[in-house]
Amino acid sequence: MHELLQLDASEAARRVRDGSVPAEHLAQAALAHARATEPRVNAFLDQDEAFVLEQARAVDRDRAAGKALGLLAGVPVAIKDNIHVLGRPTTCASHMLRGFVAPYDATVTARLKAAGAVIVGKVNLDEFAMGSSCENSALKQTRNPWDASRVPGGSSGGSAACVAARSAFISLGSDTGGSIRLPASFCGVVGYKPSYGRVSRYGLVAFASSLDQVGPFARSVRDIALAMKVMAGRDEMDSTTVSNPGPDYPAALAEDLKGKRVGVVREYFDRVPDRSVAAVCEAAVQRLKALGAAVVEIELPHADFGLHVYYIVASAEASSNLARFDGVRYGLRAAAENGIATYVNSRGEGFGPEVKRRIMLGTYALSAGHYDQFYGRAGRVRTLICRDFAAAFARCDLIASPCAPFAAFAAGAKADPLSMYLCDVYTIPSSLAGLAAMSLPAGFDAQGLPVGLHLAAAPMADDLLLASAHALEQDLLADRTLNLNRLPRGLQG
Amino acid sequence: MAHATAVDYEPVIGLEVHVQLKTASKMFCGCRVQFGAPANSLTCPVCLGLPGALPMANRQAVEFGIRVGLALNCQIAHRVKFDRKNYFYPDLPKGYQISQHDEPLCFDGELQLPIPDATGAPKVCRITRAHMEEDAGKSIHMDASTLVDLNRAGTPLIEVVGGPDLRSPEEAYVYLTTLKRNLSYLGVSDLSMEKGSLRCDANISVRPRGRQQFGVRSEIKNLNSFRAVKAALEYEIKRHIRVLEAGGTLHQETRLWDEEKLETRSLRSKESATDYRFFPEPDLNLFDVPRAWVDGVRAALPEMPEKRLLRFLHDYKLARADAEYLVGDRAIADFYEAAVALLDNPRKVAAWVVVELARELNERNCDLADLKLTPATLVELIGLQDAGRLNNITAKEVFRAMVESGEGAEACARRLNKLIERDDSAVQAAIAEVLGEFKDGAVADLRAGKQAAMGFLVGQCMRKLRGKANPKDLPALIEDAIRRE
Ligand SMILES: [Zn+2]
Repeated sequence: MHELLQLDASEAARRVRDGSVPAEHLAQAALAHARATEPRVNAFLDQDEAFVLEQARAVDRDRAAGKALGLLAGVPVAIKDNIHVLGRPTTCASHMLRGFVAPYDATVTARLKAAGAVIVGKVNLDEFAMGSSCENSALKQTRNPWDASRVPGGSSGGSAACVAARSAFISLGSDTGGSIRLPASFCGVVGYKPSYGRVSRYGLVAFASSLDQVGPFARSVRDIALAMKVMAGRDEMDSTTVSNPGPDYPAALAEDLKGKRVGVVREYFDRVPDRSVAAVCEAAVQRLKALGAAVVEIELPHADFGLHVYYIVASAEASSNLARFDGVRYGLRAAAENGIATYVNSRGEGFGPEVKRRIMLGTYALSAGHYDQFYGRAGRVRTLICRDFAAAFARCDLIASPCAPFAAFAAGAKADPLSMYLCDVYTIPSSLAGLAAMSLPAGFDAQGLPVGLHLAAAPMADDLLLASAHALEQDLLADRTLNLNRLPRGLQG
Repeated sequence: MAHATAVDYEPVIGLEVHVQLKTASKMFCGCRVQFGAPANSLTCPVCLGLPGALPMANRQAVEFGIRVGLALNCQIAHRVKFDRKNYFYPDLPKGYQISQHDEPLCFDGELQLPIPDATGAPKVCRITRAHMEEDAGKSIHMDASTLVDLNRAGTPLIEVVGGPDLRSPEEAYVYLTTLKRNLSYLGVSDLSMEKGSLRCDANISVRPRGRQQFGVRSEIKNLNSFRAVKAALEYEIKRHIRVLEAGGTLHQETRLWDEEKLETRSLRSKESATDYRFFPEPDLNLFDVPRAWVDGVRAALPEMPEKRLLRFLHDYKLARADAEYLVGDRAIADFYEAAVALLDNPRKVAAWVVVELARELNERNCDLADLKLTPATLVELIGLQDAGRLNNITAKEVFRAMVESGEGAEACARRLNKLIERDDSAVQAAIAEVLGEFKDGAVADLRAGKQAAMGFLVGQCMRKLRGKANPKDLPALIEDAIRRE
């Protein structure tokens, strides 16, 4: 592996800006590394070398012309394949979008490009971001770089795997109920779900509009802050983005943990079936304490209903959001004798089983006579969960918990949809409440697999969350016994 | 001919009218709103429903909606909430329409109709609600395929739902013309049924007169003109009565009006109706409608026709029918008042507008804006007539030419050679010629005291002058000339 790929994005961009590393070299290194690792990892759905190199050369030309280069100058960035990159296919890992080429850049893509980022490719996901292992992709089976027999987590499995594998410095994912944080935990990288409204959703193929949020993956909190500085902020194409510009994320990292209050729900730790996973998370909480934070016990009485609420709300919105995939204007159009049959056949052939399950679930939940019993009631419980968090954040600044009940599991181990849904039990409540939340690599379980600590802060407290995570990260990295920065063993040798 | 029935049936009618709002851009994107552009040329990712695209609400459309609501005496909601109405159709690119379900922008209004109710007061039809939504595209059905034009997709609409207060097809017709008249005052829509910027669905049921409970209703769609609404309602009332009289049962259903066969036919029953699965649109934040905004819109509303009618009757002392015609179209009423401001003779101006201008509009089947007449040129024309430089006939001829050419009245009259010259040598010459020609005939008769001959001589002079004289002046001039001989 090229030594440039060990740098973090901030340092790589600095070298491109000062001319010590041409963007093209960086891109070549990333492409060569992907060629070597992809047979084992399978993260990329689209990687066009000419497209990648042309972007890198454009950065180098701008530098030669004396133009000021952006914060991500020359940095290879991968994009989850449900976010548009102009001129490249967007598949959502579904047969439904066969042949679809994005006719516009998502706002986040445009902002990354404007900052000089080099888009190195589109990466795999569970079909339409519905899943927790990436196994619902209809196109490719991505593997965990730490152990090729295991899943990378989902739905943003490709985004987590390619950053863990060093094929991209930063990647974008989308998180609806844990789709950034779970794979980040499984792949040992930082995964950040911004507060709802911080980052534009324009150009993200919608799954559940009231929950979806685009966010970055990186190998350090510093790179996450850099990506947020580039991407976040009001977008006039997305009315759900907040109007204030938000904090200066990298500058906010200077804050330390002294005087911060960390809330923990005791049962979340006790309930974790794998004690070695729980131990990693408990040790991380002890470190927070050692760094000057106070640990307070909190209660979230309605959070246990989060999973139920989530599968009603998210499925209901999905059933409507996915109605546009009808075979009429783009994507797959199945042979049919008339208009109705075009819908039925195209959607029947195009969507995979999990997507169909959620569309049916959501359609039922919204049906006349069922609306109040399901969607209406779910909305009311969601409000109660939001109130739980509001009460908790009156007593603490951060909430720490395990990110998942377990580390990465073996491919095929969770064939039953319900057991798969339980992967997201710790991440879903913060999605329902629009919190800022993340997974931070905190150590390894008994089998040497990465374990992420879940940290959440009140809506719009992104700066506080990142600063706290950064302080903890520095402490973890300084502990040589943890060897947190080790290369995934699937890539060694 | 309707057969006499044992029961006296009373129709109950409620109309739903979709009004396309002519905002600069569409409801949820920046695409222009325009009729007749090349197919699919006015589209973007948002109104094409491309994956990843999101709506942004158009403030101007909401303001137009508030204007409509206030003009219909509605309450205005304190916040704007949009919902999704889910159904599949090829010209509905997202698979749902963004509409308003449980919180319409406007509600609890009323429209006063220029017809009396049972007590003799003007009849009032309730406006249940008026809500904002986006239009769908257009499906063009070919022999073996369907083409879709999405230029119209995303155009802002307001759906005005009238209460079940109309009791005859005639009342429905009056409701529609009155609604259209009032909306024309707001400048928010073209209001053209032909271009689809005004669309109407009719709900109709019948019940024995005196009963409170409503009968089973049908909803009639595909109504392309106010006349069609009336005809379809007449048909449907007869059909309902026929079924009931035969002991049959009516089913709630949606029916299509067939303009060729002049009949309705069933489209779908209530049981097979789509479940729209309404839910709050998560892509659009709720936004507040501050009272200051509503008050500002209210303050900027023009004088509405009901009020204007009373003022015309009182200030200008017009006949009611004339005043009603004038206020029936805001452009005409504005034109009239501009002319009266130039010439303080309201009844004379009204006569020209209500008779001559109305005839032109009617014959040409066009709007005032399509004619080149201005209040100033009309007043100029009336001035020429008053000064005796045009007579009643030539004034009308000049009028007809002016509305097309846009010339001033005097210039037009001169070009047409209709102007009575102040120098009357031409008149004197014509009189001399006529007196010479009919020396032994009409002139002799006149001298013999036969006054009828004067009319003949006047006519002959007018003919020679090609109308360029005031016939009222001629008898005196002719008598003078005879006396001089
Ligand atoms: Zn558009």
